[in-house]
Amino acid sequence: MTQGQKTTPVIAEATLPGGLWIAFTATLRRDVTLMFRRRGELLNPLVFFALVITLFPIGISPDREVLALIAPGLLWVAALLAALLSLDSLFRTDYDDGSLEQMLLAPQPLAALGLAKVLAHWLLTGLPLALVAPLLGVTLALPPGSYAVLALSLLLGSASLSLIGAIGAALTVGIARGGVLLSLLILPLYIPVLIFGVGAVQAAVIGEGVAAHLAMLGALLAASLLLAPWAIAASLRISING
Amino acid sequence: MWTFIHKWGSPKWFYAMSARVQPWCWAAALILIALGTVWGLAFAPADYQQGDSFRIIYVHVPAAFLAQSVFVSMAAASLVFMVWKIKVADMAATVMAPFGAVMTFVALFSGAVWGVPTWGTWWMWDARLTSMLILLFLFLGVIALRGAFTSRDGGSKAASVLAMVGVINIPIIKYSVDWWFTLHQSSTFSVTSRPAMPTEMWLPLLIMVLGFYCFFIALTLMRTRSEILRREINKRWVMDLAKEAR
Repeated sequence: MTQGQKTTPVIAEATLPGGLWIAFTATLRRDVTLMFRRRGELLNPLVFFALVITLFPIGISPDREVLALIAPGLLWVAALLAALLSLDSLFRTDYDDGSLEQMLLAPQPLAALGLAKVLAHWLLTGLPLALVAPLLGVTLALPPGSYAVLALSLLLGSASLSLIGAIGAALTVGIARGGVLLSLLILPLYIPVLIFGVGAVQAAVIGEGVAAHLAMLGALLAASLLLAPWAIAASLRISING
Repeated sequence: MWTFIHKWGSPKWFYAMSARVQPWCWAAALILIALGTVWGLAFAPADYQQGDSFRIIYVHVPAAFLAQSVFVSMAAASLVFMVWKIKVADMAATVMAPFGAVMTFVALFSGAVWGVPTWGTWWMWDARLTSMLILLFLFLGVIALRGAFTSRDGGSKAASVLAMVGVINIPIIKYSVDWWFTLHQSSTFSVTSRPAMPTEMWLPLLIMVLGFYCFFIALTLMRTRSEILRREINKRWVMDLAKEAR
């Protein structure tokens, strides 16, 4: 008994330095694996993105000049909505089967585990959306030369969207039908990202410098990377403990 | 000093002390608003460009001031609640949210009415209007989130987190919307370049702003008091109070 008491702190000290990173990668790997098991769901945001983009030429005008004018905004708004749509399920299954409670009990900080979940979500929604966006840009007659900027702005922006959105997802995970509420909470917070994302693409279309907009997107990402994990962790605790 | 502040954290103390402060706040609010209204509507000179329609400013500007201040005070109360677990702070934050939403709506509505004679349109995607509209959505989000929780404690904490996230975002939203405005609509009319006001126009405005702030404090005290009674209904001192009243 006394031996056990003596050795426990030593073991804890030996495992703790690697513990956080191991827990982070394990959570990331687990989430990616789980998402790949439901491939249909994985494709849904992309299909939604393409569908919304299809609606606009039908609803507004198939005229290429008109479409080229509004393409940056359309692509960004549609991508934002697609990312929002996928957020509701971010913590939902873990909440339902109780693994979220295990994460709360884990010795590693909940903020880090939440960040791993957000990273998995971004890898499988934000990243594909950013890669598909130039393709849809072609159909909207987006002027060539702005495709790389579109992809890059979405790459940076969707990471911020995932981080900010995860706060809302964590706050509403305990509510039975939190989907509509989630969008009410999160959309106002998305506006800065939208402004600079669209700004970058429009600057690229006109031929102006895009560095300032991309730098602002990077700054928003850095700020949300710094603050959002703590808000996510606090929100998850509230949702589970009440 | 600290014990004085700590005492206010007790619902019973708050209820007793706010009863003494409250009448003064109401009196100040009524006098200032009455004075500002009469002065602003009847005695302040008409604007040489906008005529009498400029008088909407005496409602519009105080409401817009309050809209932002209420969100900041709500977030501050939420922070106090989350850090020190002071329940009175959460009660104050609860009653501030609807008031702030109403003030934001009043600012937007009076702005829209003012827009008809000056801009010739009810709505313009101006930077200030847009960030005000977003502020309204933030208020509605906080109210809706609090209402969505079945347990009051969970709703309070969730709304507090959202209020704090929102207050960090308000300056970011404001500056990004300003940037967006300069990018998109640099040629249209800007509210910011209003000509400097003469003193006889400006003084009643200041009085109205002060009056609105007193009104905010008085109303928050009053509604926090009823919130205290509602939540502490099973406590001894509230029951005694009810017996006395009977």
